[in-house]
This record gives sequence, C-alpha cells and structure tokens, in this order.
Amino acid sequence: MSAITISGDFGLAKPVDRSTSSPPVAQIAAEPAKEKKMEKTASVPAEPGTPFAETLANLGRAILPPLLGMVVLIGIWYIATMKGGSIPGPLQTWDAATTLFADPFYRNGPNDQGIGWNILSSLQRVGIGFGFAAVVGIPLGFILGRSAFLSAMINPIISLLRPVSPLAWLPIGLLVFKRADPAATYTIFICSIWPMIMNTAQGVQRVPQDYLNVARVLALSEWKVVTKILLPAVLPYILTGIRLSIGTAWLVIVAAEMLTGGVGIGFWVWDEWNNLKVEHIIIAIFVIGIVGLILEQSLIMLAKKLTKESS
Amino acid sequence: MSGVHNMEKFVQVQTVGQTFDTKKGKFVALRDINLTIKQGEFIALIGHSGCGKSTLLNLIAGLTKPTDGVLLLEDREIAGPGPERAVVFQNHSLLPWLTCFENVYLAVERVFGTKEGKQKLRERTAAAISLVGLDHASSKYPNEISGGMKQRVGIARALSMEPKVLLMDEPFGALDALTRAKLQDELMRICEATKATTVMVTHDVDEAVLLSDKIVMMTNGPAATIGEILEVNLPRPRNRLTLAHDPAYIGYRAAVLEFLYEKQAHVEKQAA
Repeated sequence: MSAITISGDFGLAKPVDRSTSSPPVAQIAAEPAKEKKMEKTASVPAEPGTPFAETLANLGRAILPPLLGMVVLIGIWYIATMKGGSIPGPLQTWDAATTLFADPFYRNGPNDQGIGWNILSSLQRVGIGFGFAAVVGIPLGFILGRSAFLSAMINPIISLLRPVSPLAWLPIGLLVFKRADPAATYTIFICSIWPMIMNTAQGVQRVPQDYLNVARVLALSEWKVVTKILLPAVLPYILTGIRLSIGTAWLVIVAAEMLTGGVGIGFWVWDEWNNLKVEHIIIAIFVIGIVGLILEQSLIMLAKKLTKESS
Repeated sequence: MSGVHNMEKFVQVQTVGQTFDTKKGKFVALRDINLTIKQGEFIALIGHSGCGKSTLLNLIAGLTKPTDGVLLLEDREIAGPGPERAVVFQNHSLLPWLTCFENVYLAVERVFGTKEGKQKLRERTAAAISLVGLDHASSKYPNEISGGMKQRVGIARALSMEPKVLLMDEPFGALDALTRAKLQDELMRICEATKATTVMVTHDVDEAVLLSDKIVMMTNGPAATIGEILEVNLPRPRNRLTLAHDPAYIGYRAAVLEFLYEKQAHVEKQAA
C-alpha cells in the first residue's frame, strides 16, 4: 500500500511537502487493488497499432517535448548572444566544455584542480553533512513524534530556526571548527536536519491507529512495535524528508563554498568569475543542475525500490 | 475457582459505564451494562449505530477502560488489551508491508514464540491460514487480495493466537452479501471446531440470528444499555437454507426486528 503513496507522491516533478499535502495513509490503504488492474486493462484497447510502433510512439511522446524545450532554450541563448557581449554563446561554451571535460581530474596545486575533483569534494561535503543530519534527525523525529510533551517543547525552537538561511550559521561554524571545510559541511548539516526531523515526526504521528491497536492487542514488545509497525509505516515520510533535504543541501553547498573557498564546485564558480572565464560559469551552472537532478532522481528510485519491497 | 464456575461465568461485565470527555462536556456512552458470557458461547451485540456496541467490545478487548464498573475474564479483571482476547477489526487492520503469512506469523510468534521452535510456529501459521481456506494466498500482500480475503486473514490472525475470547467488530460489514454469507458459514464451522467463545458486533439481523447463542440488544445512545437478551435455541450445525423456512428462526428474527424498529425506533427523533 505504501508503494502507492510513494509512486504517487514521488512521481510529481515539484517536491511536495508531505506536511501540507499528503493524503491520510489510511485512506490510500483502503483503495482496493482491483481498481488499478481495471484501469490497466481498460487503457490497452485504446492504443491502436503493433506493440513495436506503440512503444516507439510512446517513446517519441516522452522524449520530444523535453528535447524541444532544450532546443528552444539554446536557441534563445544563441540569439541573445549573437551580437557578442560579455556572455558567451552556446558554441563558445561547448568548445570550452570539451577542453574542460577532456581532463576533469588534473591537479595543479590546491587552488587549481580539475572540475571532476571540484564536484567530488562538493558531493563529499554534502554526503557527510547530510549523513550526520540523518543520524541525528531521524531518531529525533521519532522521539518528537512519540512524545507530545517533547514535541510541544521543541517545535517552537524548530519553527524559529528553520527559516534561517543555513549560510547565517556559517560564521558560527567557522568559529567552532576554525577551518573552512568542516564549517561548510556543518551548514549542510543544519539545512538538512529540519526536513528530516519534521517529516519523520509527522510520519510517526500519522501511523494509523488501527496498526497501533493491533500492536496493543498482540501486546507486542516495544522493539517489535518499532521494527514491524513504526519503521515501515514511517519510511515513506523519512524518504520524503531525505529527498527534500538533499535538494536544499545541494543548493546551499554552492553558496557556502563561494564563501569558504578551497576545492568545490561553488568555489570553482567564484574562482572562474575572478578569472573572468564566463563560459566556465555557464558550464558550472549546467553541471550543478545535472548533479542535483541525478541526486534527486536516484533518491526517488531508491524510495520506490524500498517501499515496493516493504509494502 | 472451580472449573464449572468459570465455564458458566467466563466473561463478566458488571455495572459497567463509559463516559467520554468531549469538547462539549461529558458524553455518557454506556451505563449499567451487566452481562455474563459462558465459555464457548457465541454472543452477538446488536443495535442502531451509535448505541455503543463497539464501545462495549473495546472494553472487553481492554483497548479502553470503563469509567464505572468492572470487567472480568475467568474472575480476573481485564486491565488492558492482550492476546488472550483477540480482536478482528472492522477494517481488517492487516499490516500492508507484511504478507498474509507474515501478518499471522507476527501474532503466532508473539503468543507461542517463547515456548516453541520456528518450525512449529510456521506450522501453526500455515494451519491458521488453511483454516480460513487461504493457503494459495499465503505469500501475497494484503493489497493484492480482495476485501473478503483480507477479512479472512484477520480472522486467521485472531484464531492463530488460540484466544480465550474472540472479539469481532462488524467483521463482515464492508463485504458484499454473497461473500458475507460465505464467511458466516465459514465462521460457524470454525467456531464449532475450535469451541471459541465469541463476541461479535453486528447490525445485521440475519447474521445475529444465524450465528448466535445469545443476541444482546442494545438501546439507543446516548447512555445506551442492554435492552433485551434473546436466547437463540436453534440446533447446530445450522444451515441458512433450511432455517429460512424454520418457524423458530423466523420467530427470533421477528423478535430482533421488533426490538430494533418498534421499541428502539426513535433514532431520528433523538438525533433531531
């Protein structure tokens, strides 16, 4: 059942905050599986033609619009930069990209490294900060979800701190850690932890009373309640929290690295700005976008896989 | 306590009342409930909706505590929910991330896990599932089977615990008439085989007469209580086709209908 929840929610292009728009789980659970099957069989005769032609048509319908969008974007870019000016056109940028990606992993000292190294060190910071946030945030979310008192105690603090830009925490990080690298990781931790806590807590609060009644009638041990009922029921919410926070983390790391320097895609953008290599900045924008997309898509796939296995 | 004593007064509900605190003040759901259930008896609780029949069932289950009076099982106070009073919930309440087998196994493991090995536990689970005729669906997930099958898994889960009392909250309420009839027959067969003491909440007059030894008819809420108790002395095994023309059956059915629609017919008036 929770597989339905996930595929429905995660399929949306825009990230949706579960706290505001998620339908009650029990309602979804009540949907009979029969309906799904009927829809499937009903849609088959509506598609004429051989299976191969049908697949080809479907493929075309899926690929054509995004491809057209890209062509339009690059076209506008091309026209806008045709008369020269400070912003390079698509062709110049493409040339720069081919030389840049010919050797992404070179090292000429700490301040001149290939783009590959820069991306990897940014990803490493996100991974560490994000991992710590999960380790702290998910259990904390469980505790807040289970205890009304603690929830009432800590929720105002979270509400106060959540809207603060993670970059505002950067000076504190620099002060505490004395080094730029852990300070940047720490801002990632700060920005990732809120969605994890909030979504986990929400998930725990929304575990259907029926399941908890089953636990009570069976008089299950607390361990069994957590592993057999709470964790599986809350998993979709945790995954939503993770997905929301990885998006923010990737946004924040670029800004944080611009301020801290060192190695990283954000620093690289700033460095290329100082070198006035504008085509590299445009390449960086594409790279950041693509990496962010891959991160989010792989999490969506993970979520689908996990919830399919557990549902 | 002697065995005979326990047989006669297996479950005792003594001057039980239930009051809920609501935003509009206190709401008296039940008052002065007195009921004694014999071991092996099948009891139906019937009444109009909102008469507190599910509340009474939850009290026996121990899911809620009475504000007045006391409930006893084998002369011991019912202090909370426990596997010796298994509940079949109205909406089956199977865990969607476990297969049918795993759902039942969870219950079996809880009750017998300390005394028996894994092999024996698996055998028990399989036996409970075949008791409700679902061997073929054992490894399916709840969202892959029909509503009637889910409810049967719920019954298998409850029976697998070998409970002292089987509590059922409108177990067939959400099913179509044909599936319901089939499950009623199955339930009769199972109860006969296991001699289970059963309390079932229902709003279906035919179901109550067909299955029960005693029909407990409740007055309308608020402050509902037991209006009448009808003893159904029809020989078992019962067959719905032969009973349909049986004067005794028709008489019992008329008695329940009379209670519901003449003596307790003022539901609309009260609501307005």
